[in-house]
Amino acid sequence: MKNLFFKGFLLLPLFAVGLFLTGCGNSQGDHSGKTTGGALASNVAEQVYVAPGEYDEFYAFLSGGFSGQVTVHGLPSGRLFKTIPVFSVDAEKAYGFNEETKPMLMTSHGFIPWDDAHHPELSQTNGETDGRWLFINANNTPRIARIDLSEFETVEIIEIPNSGGNHSSPFTTMNTEYVVAGTRFGVPYPQQDVAINEYADKFKATLSFIKVDPETGKMSIAFQVLLPAFDFDLAHSGKGASHGWMFFSSYNTEEKHTLLEVEASQNDKDYIAAINWKKAEEYVKQGKFHEVSARYAHNYYDTETQQASSEMLDKVKVLIPEECPGLVYFLPTPKSPHGVDVDPTGQYIVGNGKLSANLTVHSFSKMLKAIDNKAFETTIDGIPVLKFEEVVAGTVKDAGLGPLHTEFDGKGYAYTSFFISSEVVKWKLGTWEVVDRAPTYYSIGHLMIPGGDSHKPQGKYLVAMNKITKDRYLPTGPELCHSAQLYDISGDKMKLLLDFPTMGEPHYAQGISADRILPRQKKFYKLEENKHPYRTLGEKEARVERKGKEVHVYMTTIRSHFAPDNIEGIKVGDKVYFHVTNLEQDWDVPHGFAVLGARNSELLVMPGQTETLVWEPKAEGVYPFYCTDFCSALHQEMQGYVRVSAANANTPLKWSLGSNEEE
Amino acid sequence: MKRLPQVLMAASGLLLLTLFVWPMWSITLLAPQYPQGVKMFIHINKIDGDTPSSLQNINILNHYVGMEFIRPESIPELTYFPYVVVGMAVLAFVFAFVGNKKLFLLWALLMTALAVAGIYDFYLWEYHYGHNLNPHAPIQIPGASYQPPLLGTKVILNFTAISLPALGGYLAGAAIFFSYLAWWLKKKVER
Repeated sequence: MKNLFFKGFLLLPLFAVGLFLTGCGNSQGDHSGKTTGGALASNVAEQVYVAPGEYDEFYAFLSGGFSGQVTVHGLPSGRLFKTIPVFSVDAEKAYGFNEETKPMLMTSHGFIPWDDAHHPELSQTNGETDGRWLFINANNTPRIARIDLSEFETVEIIEIPNSGGNHSSPFTTMNTEYVVAGTRFGVPYPQQDVAINEYADKFKATLSFIKVDPETGKMSIAFQVLLPAFDFDLAHSGKGASHGWMFFSSYNTEEKHTLLEVEASQNDKDYIAAINWKKAEEYVKQGKFHEVSARYAHNYYDTETQQASSEMLDKVKVLIPEECPGLVYFLPTPKSPHGVDVDPTGQYIVGNGKLSANLTVHSFSKMLKAIDNKAFETTIDGIPVLKFEEVVAGTVKDAGLGPLHTEFDGKGYAYTSFFISSEVVKWKLGTWEVVDRAPTYYSIGHLMIPGGDSHKPQGKYLVAMNKITKDRYLPTGPELCHSAQLYDISGDKMKLLLDFPTMGEPHYAQGISADRILPRQKKFYKLEENKHPYRTLGEKEARVERKGKEVHVYMTTIRSHFAPDNIEGIKVGDKVYFHVTNLEQDWDVPHGFAVLGARNSELLVMPGQTETLVWEPKAEGVYPFYCTDFCSALHQEMQGYVRVSAANANTPLKWSLGSNEEE
Repeated sequence: MKRLPQVLMAASGLLLLTLFVWPMWSITLLAPQYPQGVKMFIHINKIDGDTPSSLQNINILNHYVGMEFIRPESIPELTYFPYVVVGMAVLAFVFAFVGNKKLFLLWALLMTALAVAGIYDFYLWEYHYGHNLNPHAPIQIPGASYQPPLLGTKVILNFTAISLPALGGYLAGAAIFFSYLAWWLKKKVER
C-alpha cells in the first residue's frame, strides 16, 4: 500500500498534464493564461478596469500568512488599500510598539511579535456577511483576532489554551454566535513533560467555541470539546437546515508524531467531526463540563480610552464526548481532507480529500438519519463513527488532483481548488458532474467567492490564491510574491481576468460587496470622545511633567506644528513618554511623530487620537523630532527639538512653542 | 380675504423668526483635495459649518496665508442681531394686529434698510478677514487678498469660493416681500 502510494505520487505530474490538456480543450484562453491582445483581451481589461476615482465593487480581505497581517484589496481591480496589523508588530503604524497597542500581543508566553495568520472570516447575520467584524486565526501561538471594520483596526485578540496549531479557525456560525478554534497539532492534555512517543495516549486535540457578543463583538471561550489528537485542519458551520452544527476536517487520525507525510497518510479515510453545538450549549447549561485550569490571554482595545489591556484568564470549560452523548459524530472521509465546506443550503458537506482524486460530499439529512438509525461503524473514545455509505451523498469523480477547498456561487455550483493539478474545477451540486475547469498559475491553495462560504454567496467573482508564481511577474530574487487570480464566474464558463501579487502567503480570503462596509466607515475620531488618560485636548494644555525619572510630554499636533516644539530639561537616564494628540478633526489628516534615536518606531496618529511613544535618550545632546506623514504645504517645517542634559545637570524643565504667538 | 394683508404681515414676522432655525448665508470652498467641499454657515447668532469641525478646518487653511482666525465670539453682531430680529418680528405682529397700511410700509422699509445694512456689514467682515493679514504668514503673495465674494463665485488660490444666501436668508427675503405685498393689498382693499 505504502509503496504503491509513492509510485502514485511519481505519476502525478504526468497524470496532471493529462488532465490539464483534456480540461483545457473546452475552456477559454491559451495554456499560458497570458492575454496577448485582441478583442478578448480588451474585453477582459474593461472588466477589471476601475476608472481613476471610482470605487471597486467588492472589498477583499486576504490573510498575510506568515506576515501575520491582513491585506485589504478592491475587486475587480486587485488594488491594495491597506495592511491591517494583527499578529505581527508593524513599525509603520506603531502597532506593538506604542504603549497603547503593546498589550494586544501579550500571551501566556509573554509578548509575541509575530504569528502566522491563516483564515479571515467575516461576521454574519442570518448567514449573510454583515460587514461588522473580520476574525482571523493565529496558527503558531493559538489565538483569534477581531478586526473592527468601521476603522479597519485590530481591537481584540484571545488566546486559545489546550491547543497547538490553531488551524481550523476562526469559522463563524450563521449569526456569529460563535467562531471556532481547532487543534492542528495535538498537545499533551494538560500540557506537561511527557515522552513524544506517548502521543496516542497523552496527547489530545480540542475544538473551542468562542462566544461573540452580538453587540460589542467581545469574545470569550464558551467551551472546548476534548477529542483524540487528530490534526483538525479546517472547519465550516452548518447553515439553513444544518444550523446548529459545526464540521471540522481532520487528518492524522493515525495519531502519529513523526514523518507525518507518510505515517499520517495511511488510513483510507480520515474523519470530519460533526459537532452539535446547540447540544453542547445544553450540556454546559446542565453543568456537564469540567472546569479546567488553563492560562490564556485576552487582549482588548478600548476605542474610548484608546488603550489595549491584557488580562490573563485561568479557567476553561471542557466537554468530554463520552459524557455527552449526541455531541460529536465522525463522518469517514477519504483521504486526509483539507477543506470541509458546507453548501449555501446547508445540505451538503464537501470533504476535500487532498490525497484523493475524488471529492466526497456528505448529506446532512442522511447524517441525521444515520444517527437516528445508529448506523455506526465503530466508536472512538465514545464518539460514534457513522457508516460511510449511510452519509455520503455523492462523489465528484476524477475531478482533478489534490482538492483543497470548495466555495459556492449560490446558483447551484461549487468551485474546488486542486493544488496538484493547479486548477479550479466547477461542478454541479446534486449531479456531481464537472462542468468547467480553469488552470491557475500556479498551485492554487484556497479560493474565495465573496460570501462563498455563507448562506448567501455574492457569486460574481472568484479569487484563486496561488502558492507559486515562478515566471508570472518580474522576478525579485529568490523570494517571489504569492499571487491572486481573479475569475469572472457570472457565466457558464470561468474566465480569467487578472493576476495580482499578494503579501506573505494568503491562506484564505473573504470578500464582501462594498455597500455593506461603506456606511459604517469612520472618517476620524471625535476629539470630545477622546478618553485617553494622557490626552491633550488643546494647545493650551500642552505641557511637560516630570515624575522622578519619568517625563511625560503632553504634545499636540495640528497643521503644521507640534506644541510644544522646544523641550529642555530632559536628562540622560530619563524615560520620556511622548503622548501625542492629533487635534485635527478632518478626514485623512494623520500626523506622524519620530524622534532621533528612538529604538521602537514612529507614531502615526489619526485625527482625534492620542498615542504614546517611549524614548530613552542615552547621551547628552539636542535631538530633533518631526512629523513623518506629509500633512500640508508646511509639513517639512513640522519639526522640533528636545535638549538632553547630563544626568546630574540642573537644566530647568522648559517647554515652548513659537516666540511670537499668533494669539 | 379682507384680512389677508394682516395675515401676510404676521407671516412676515414668522418668516423672520426662521432665522433662528436656518442659516442666512453660506460660503462653500471647493478644491480638488476637498471633493465634498468645506461649507461655512452664517446664522443670525452663530457661525458654523456642514460638520462640527468645518470652522476649525477653514481656520487651518486660512492660517497659511495669515488670515485671522474666525472666532464667532469676537463678532458682536452675532450677539445683538438676534435682538433686532426678535424686535422686528414683534413689531410685525403688533402692526398686523393694528392693521394700518402705513405701518406695513414702515416695517417693509425698515426691514429693507436693515437687510441692506446687514449685507454691508457682512461685506465689511469679509473685507476684514480678506485683507487683515499676518505679516509673518508662511505664504505671502504680494498684492493678494483673500476676501470671499459677497454673492457668487470667486477663485482664491487653489479654492473656488461660492457665496450664496441660505434657506434662512431666502425666508427673510420672503418676509420683506410679504410685508410690501401686505401694504400693497391693504392699499387696494381700502381704495
